[in-house]
Amino acid sequence: MAAESVKDVVLSPVFKNNPIALQVLGICSALAVTNSMSVSLVMGLAVIAVTACSNLFVSLIRQHIPSSIRIIVQMTIIASLVIVVDQVLKAYAYEMSKQLSVFVGLIITNCIVMGRAEAYAMQNGPVMSFLDGVGNGLGYAVILLIVGFVRELFGSGSVFGFTVLTPVQDGGWYVPNGLMLLPPSAFFVIGLIIWVLRSVRTEQVEKTEYRIVANSKAKIKESV
Amino acid sequence: MASNNSIKKTLTVALALCIVCSVVVSTAAVVLRPKQQQNQELDRKSNILQVADLYEPGMDIEEAFSEYITPRVIELESGDYTDRFDPESFDQFEAAQDPATSRTLSGEEDRAGIGREEMYSTVYLVGDPEDPEQIILPIRGQGLWGLMRGFFALEGDGNTIIGLSYYSHAETPGLGGEVDNPRWKSKWEGKEVYADGDMDPEISLVKGGAEGEYEVDALSGATLTSRGVTNMLHFWLSESGFGPYLARFHGNSEGA
Repeated sequence: MAAESVKDVVLSPVFKNNPIALQVLGICSALAVTNSMSVSLVMGLAVIAVTACSNLFVSLIRQHIPSSIRIIVQMTIIASLVIVVDQVLKAYAYEMSKQLSVFVGLIITNCIVMGRAEAYAMQNGPVMSFLDGVGNGLGYAVILLIVGFVRELFGSGSVFGFTVLTPVQDGGWYVPNGLMLLPPSAFFVIGLIIWVLRSVRTEQVEKTEYRIVANSKAKIKESV
Repeated sequence: MASNNSIKKTLTVALALCIVCSVVVSTAAVVLRPKQQQNQELDRKSNILQVADLYEPGMDIEEAFSEYITPRVIELESGDYTDRFDPESFDQFEAAQDPATSRTLSGEEDRAGIGREEMYSTVYLVGDPEDPEQIILPIRGQGLWGLMRGFFALEGDGNTIIGLSYYSHAETPGLGGEVDNPRWKSKWEGKEVYADGDMDPEISLVKGGAEGEYEVDALSGATLTSRGVTNMLHFWLSESGFGPYLARFHGNSEGA
């Protein structure tokens, strides 16, 4: 572990060990906030900030955290940071914070943040922990942006609010796909991303632990 | 590190952490509050512009607000303008909490479910303040989950509706939250509040096919939100609310 380079720590969570695509964490907020790219971007930045800083602070005091209350300590740090981020957004990006509404607050429950604090920051130095937080937040943000791109482009015909495909209601030719604006479409898009990633990087494919068989039927005795 | 798990150490760490975190959180809240209030103010102003149909994306809200809109403070009971408060700084939500400038509502009268009503309210006038093109009234009341706050815009005759818009509510997204839906909001335009003569508000939300100028389609799947909207309109447009104030415009238009 000691030999990990800075580049590895920051970049490996983006594609090699992505928190959403490989570990399948943080899906809830990924479904909710990805219907436009600008919202996804802000949410991604917020998560990067929270993950990085919580990792940093947890790592700084990791020698002093009593193991009996370590989860509570981590949660307190994360919760405080999330409140700070929420306040900053309300002050400097009011419209955005209205759109994100509860989902900024729900970063507290994002498994990625706590997962990294518990799995990495508790065992590693502050600098590496900070970078690990940045990397994992980045992995989350990249997936959010890809999903946001697909959903906004096909759902409203625009990218970052700029019209690319003029929708029919504005006199264009493109019939917007309403499904893309609804949260379930993010499931399909994330599923497709995972498929593509695992086709390219076959080492991500999980080993089959058991085989699903066709519905078994009660054996009918061939009575004579 | 067994020493970390002693009771003394555990308590010390927990206490220190709590203090540090609470200082950080409260500092952030206090330092950023002026900026946030400014944002809320801007949001409120842009909502007023929107309900008055004067809003265009990308416009300078402060400038447009001061150009088109004149805020005035009125005394609700008499319906007269008052100079007791500065319209720019008068905060009617604060006034509603102060026993000196508010009264308790009870029973039948408290249809909107707000408990206390201020005696003075700000109104926003578009055009010439003496003979306004539009009158924008702040309204609030209980929805299903909590207080809904919004603006209600009327034409200069104090009767014809221009629009209704909520800037803060906690209704269920997709059901009661559809009060934000532009298609539903557009149904209000051109409807009328009072049947001729008396000052009892007739306007209400109706399930399944609204007809005539006093009915607007209720929100489907949101009976309680719709009831809340009707109740708060009936309250604010009645004698207890802006009725006496609106009556003066009523007279005007009939004379004209």
